Amino acid sequence: MSHKKRTKIADMLIFAALSAGAVVMIAPLLWMFSTSLKQKSDVFALPPVWIPADINWGKYLEIWEAGPLLTGIQNSLIISLSVCLVGTFSSSLAAFAFAKLRLAYKNVIFLLLLSAMMIPYPSLMIPQFSMFAGMGWVDTLLPLIIPPIFGNIVMIFFLRQYLINIPNSVIEAAKIDGSSFFGMFTKIIFPLIKPAVAAQLILWFMGVWNDYLAPIIYLNSPEKLTIQLVIANFNANYAIQTDYPLIMAASMIALLPMLVVFLIFQRQIIESIAISGVKG
Amino acid sequence: METAKVEVNKNLQPNVDASKNSKRVKKKKSNFYKKESRAALIFILSPLIGYLIFTLYPFLFSIYASFTAWNGLGSMNFVGIDNYVKLFTDDYFGRSLFNTLFMMVGIPIGLLVSLMLAMGLNRKIPGTTTFRVIYYIPVISSLAAISVLWQWAYNGDYGLVNQFLSVIGIDGPNWLQNKDTVKPALMIMAIWKGLGFSMLLYLAALQSVPRIYYEAAELDGANAFQRFKNITWPMVKPVTFFLVITNIIGGAQMFTEVNIMTPTGGPEYSSATVVFYIWQKAFNNLQMGYASTMSVVLGLIIFIVTLIQFKLNDRSSFEID
Repeated sequence: MSHKKRTKIADMLIFAALSAGAVVMIAPLLWMFSTSLKQKSDVFALPPVWIPADINWGKYLEIWEAGPLLTGIQNSLIISLSVCLVGTFSSSLAAFAFAKLRLAYKNVIFLLLLSAMMIPYPSLMIPQFSMFAGMGWVDTLLPLIIPPIFGNIVMIFFLRQYLINIPNSVIEAAKIDGSSFFGMFTKIIFPLIKPAVAAQLILWFMGVWNDYLAPIIYLNSPEKLTIQLVIANFNANYAIQTDYPLIMAASMIALLPMLVVFLIFQRQIIESIAISGVKG
Repeated sequence: METAKVEVNKNLQPNVDASKNSKRVKKKKSNFYKKESRAALIFILSPLIGYLIFTLYPFLFSIYASFTAWNGLGSMNFVGIDNYVKLFTDDYFGRSLFNTLFMMVGIPIGLLVSLMLAMGLNRKIPGTTTFRVIYYIPVISSLAAISVLWQWAYNGDYGLVNQFLSVIGIDGPNWLQNKDTVKPALMIMAIWKGLGFSMLLYLAALQSVPRIYYEAAELDGANAFQRFKNITWPMVKPVTFFLVITNIIGGAQMFTEVNIMTPTGGPEYSSATVVFYIWQKAFNNLQMGYASTMSVVLGLIIFIVTLIQFKLNDRSSFEID
C-alpha cells in the first residue's frame, strides 16, 4: 500500500515537472504570437504583457506589403513540392531495385551512395556553386531543385529497409505473371510502402522547407527568396525600426505551415521518427 | 547503420545464388535475369547519376580547389599546401573552430535533460501525448523563425529571457552583445530546439525495455538509482550513441542561428562557427580556394566522427525493434 502511495506521489511530482517544462518549451512561441498582436509601443512594456489589452491583427495584413512574403511562400512551395514529389518517385524506385531486383554489384553501388551521408553539405557547396554559376543558374530556384530530385539517399535507405522485410514471394508471383518491372512497382510495391513513403516525405518536406544555407548562397533578388530568407531579411530590416510586432507576425507565418502539418500528422511523424532514429 | 550492414550481407547470399542458378539453368531464365538487371539499373540510375554529379564530383573538386588560390570565377592557381599552412596561423579559423567545439558542450546537457524527460513520460501519467507534441514543436519549427524569435528573446532590456531572470532576482546580461554570453545563449537555444527529438528517441528505447527487468530488480531490492544504472542506462546506450554522433555532425555544421542572430559573427568573432567562416570567406570575400580548404578539413572531421559511429555501432550487439 505504501509503495503504491509512493509511486502516486512520484507521478504527481513528475507530472508537475513535465508541465513546468512544457511551459518553458511553449512560452517563447506563445510570446512570439502575443508580440505579433501588440502595438509597437506595447512591446517594450515592463513587466511584459502576455495578453495585450488592445489586440491588433493589423500586422498580419501589413506584412504582405512590407516584404516579398507571398513570393517567398510561393518559392518555398515550388522548391519543396517539386523536390519531394519527383525525389520521392526516384528514391522509391531505386529503393525497390536495391531491395528486390537482381543486379550485379548492386550492394556495392548502394554502399557507394550511402557514403554521401558522410559528406556534409558545406564540403560540397563551393564546387556546386561554381558549377551552377557556370550554367547561369545563380539567383534561380534551379540549384535548389535539381540536385535533390535525383533521389535522397536517406529515403532510399529507409525504404529499402522497409522493403527487405516484405517477402519476396510477392514479387515472384508478379514475375510469373509476366508484368513489367515498372508495373510491379506501381501496382504492388508502391501501395505496400506507402506509409513509409508518407513518413519520409513529410520529414523531407520539412527539411527542404526549413533549409537556409543553400538558399542564402544562391538567391539574391527579393522576388527569388524563399520564406526563410524573407523573414531573416524582415528581421534585419525592421529591427532597426524596432517594429517587432511586424517581425514576429512574419515569423509566425513562416512557422505556421509546418505547425499545421505537424499537428495533423503528429502521430505518424512522431512514430516514424522514433522508428527511423532507433534503427538508424 | 548496423542493421543495414547485416542486411547487406544477408542479401548478398541469395544474390550470389541467383546468378549462379541463372548461369546453370536454361537460356530462358538468363534472359529474364538480364531483363531484370536492366530494369534495376534503370531504376537506380537517377540517384547514381545524382551522386556522381552532385556529390562525388564536387567532393573531389573541393579537394583539388583546396590546393589552389581561386576566386570562384578566374583561373585556379595551384599553391600546394599553402592554404593548409595558412589554416594554422589564421586566428579567425582558430576562433571559429573553438566556438564550434565549445558549443558542443551543450550536447551532453541536452541529452541528459531529454533522457530525464523521457523517463518521466514513460510512466503512467496523464497527458503524455500532449507533452510529446508540445516538446516536439520546436523541433519542427523553422530554424530561421526560431532564431529571429530568440534574438528578440535575448534582448538585454526587453527580452523574455532577462524578464524571466529578473523574476528570480537575476539581472541578465545583454546576451548576444557580450562575448562571454553569446555562446551559452546559442547553446541554450539549441538545447531547447533539440530536446523533443532526443526525448522521443529515448522514449522509444525506454518503451522497448521489458518491464520484467525492473520487477526482477525490485524483487532483488535494487533501489531507483541502481535500477537506472544497471538497466535503463545500458538499455538506452545505443540511442545515446546515435544522438551524440548526429548531434556532433549537426553541431559541426551550425550556421543559420549564427547568421541570423549575430550577422557579423558576434562580438570579437565569438559566435562564428566554422561553416559561418567558410561561408564568409567563400561568398563574401570570394576566397574560394581557401574556403575549400576549410571545408575539406570540416568534411574530414565529420567523416572521422561518422566512421566511429559505424565502427562502434557494429560492436554493440543490442538492437531494438
